[in-house]
Amino acid sequence: MSKSTTSLDRRKELYGNDIACYQRMLEIREFERVTNELFAAGSIRGTTHLAVGQEALAVGIASILNADDVLAGTYRSHAISLALGLSSHSVLAEIMGKATGCCGGVGGSMHMCDASVGLLPTSAIIGAGIPIAAGAALAFQVQKSKRVSVALFGDGSTNIGAFHEGLNLAAIWKLPVVFICDNNVYGEYSRIDITTPIEDLHMRAESYAMPHFALDGMDIHAVRKGVTEAVERARSGGGPTLIEAKTYRFSGHSRADQALYRPEGELEKWQKRDPILVTETDLIARKEITADQIASMK
Amino acid sequence: MRVRQAIVSALADEMRSDDSVIFFGEDIAAAEGPFKTSEGILDEFGPVRVRDTPISEMAFTGAAVGAAMMGLKPVVEIMFIEFLGVALDALVTEGAKMHYLSNGELSVPMTIRASVGSGLGFGSQHSQTLENWLAATPGLKVLMPSDAQSAYSLLRAAIQDPNPVVVLEPRILYAERGEVDTNIIATIGKAHLRHTGKDVTIVASGQMVGIAEKAIKEAGISADLIDLQTVVPWDRETIRASVKKTGRLIVIEESPVSGGWGSEIISEVVRTNFADLKSTPFRITTPDVPVPYSGDLEARFIPQVADIIEKIDYALKNSDAPAPWWVEEGVAK
Repeated sequence: MSKSTTSLDRRKELYGNDIACYQRMLEIREFERVTNELFAAGSIRGTTHLAVGQEALAVGIASILNADDVLAGTYRSHAISLALGLSSHSVLAEIMGKATGCCGGVGGSMHMCDASVGLLPTSAIIGAGIPIAAGAALAFQVQKSKRVSVALFGDGSTNIGAFHEGLNLAAIWKLPVVFICDNNVYGEYSRIDITTPIEDLHMRAESYAMPHFALDGMDIHAVRKGVTEAVERARSGGGPTLIEAKTYRFSGHSRADQALYRPEGELEKWQKRDPILVTETDLIARKEITADQIASMK
Repeated sequence: MRVRQAIVSALADEMRSDDSVIFFGEDIAAAEGPFKTSEGILDEFGPVRVRDTPISEMAFTGAAVGAAMMGLKPVVEIMFIEFLGVALDALVTEGAKMHYLSNGELSVPMTIRASVGSGLGFGSQHSQTLENWLAATPGLKVLMPSDAQSAYSLLRAAIQDPNPVVVLEPRILYAERGEVDTNIIATIGKAHLRHTGKDVTIVASGQMVGIAEKAIKEAGISADLIDLQTVVPWDRETIRASVKKTGRLIVIEESPVSGGWGSEIISEVVRTNFADLKSTPFRITTPDVPVPYSGDLEARFIPQVADIIEKIDYALKNSDAPAPWWVEEGVAK
């Protein structure tokens, strides 16, 4: 990649290009592998939260949103940042605390930002981005613009007050916002069924008279279809939507977590639905790409 | 005009001059505010810019952060400052950090107005000032008006500022009358030298300013009375210059003694002006207890004119500092 390639250029590569989306997913997978190694080697301070297994959701969202739409994300920030267009250099430099990082090195792994592609500073507080995304949407509504905001958050967020308050406010003001819950089955170290009495988290939007649905977060086509529907509704004045993307966190919660609490066989079951595997199977079936070409990309 | 009318005027003037200013909070639109601090605002500016919110501070404070980053200048009302407790994340962990975390790419020009303070019998959960919670958060500016003029001038300055600003309005002053020159917009970080004298420097904020003024007038004390107006960032130059002149410093706060901004001022003045001091600087504060409900107890809790006269008198005659009343009376350490 040439140095003059901007985040915006990288973002535009994804639009309408299945191969570019697949390549970005591979890039994220490799980025997280390298990041994990650097942490293990002691080269990086603090903590990190990997999104291995959740690449289809990040790239699917980024390939649908306009570059002037905005997204409020979380501390599990690397995948969505790379998907939205940040270079691996600027994300890794941020993780390494360098001045060339996207936040000048003051943020670290949990805090990425790039206003040029609508990435608001990602938050390390569960649920915090939900009211913020609603507020960004309020600005778009008052300004009579067609921009849309997205809050991307985990399953754990659906038990915190900011989620409920934010959805309620967005619903009564009919704000152009899309709430995307990345249900990766675990809230930090605890399985969702230990902490939450319902399985289908998107049902919570019923209380706010808000459209809602689940989608297969391991399949980028399902992600793109669902996000398109919700974004179009928001952009055309139809108000907010809650999407629950069913995914799985292949790694532990954070650097220190080896995820030994997972039931035996659960990871293996989900790995059969690895979004990279799902995507390449689809691309090969549609003759968009050959197995040899895929091998050379990896 | 009354203090509450000065607040309405400041908001209306900013909304007239800048379409990006919007206003929301609980009961502020149709009902015009529980303290009538938004009378006529909905009528003039309409329901797109002026909105009643659910009782949902976490949502609307967070929404103010998001809207501010996208180019609006939201003003939100927190009815009683205690209600900010449920929205502290949105203000101190999100709003106050966004400019920093975005490496300067984004700014958060939002204003929070909140009613604060004791003296009206609202009890322990509706009577605190809590400015010290906020003063301890880098990234926030904290203002406290003391009369109609400062209520007007500080609010306009807060709305114009490109950063998150909290304006803490002493509820007990809402009905007080005072002259207001609407040409004056405050400079954030600049204190107001309300009264000049030679023997002692008194620094106060909010409703304590009026009580301190009564004390020095009643006792005929020659004092510089500095109305701090901006708790963060506080006006070092004005206070240092005054202490250089008087050699004595007393800070009067409505907050509990532990962790108050007055300690910060005294510690800094001792560092920079130690040689100027003729007596030990000290603070007059409330004790480390929740604000009591009973009228007698609440009156004991808040520093009164007689207490302040007695303490200033002590400072003028001695080089050490008087103990707070709870220590003198042996009810607390």
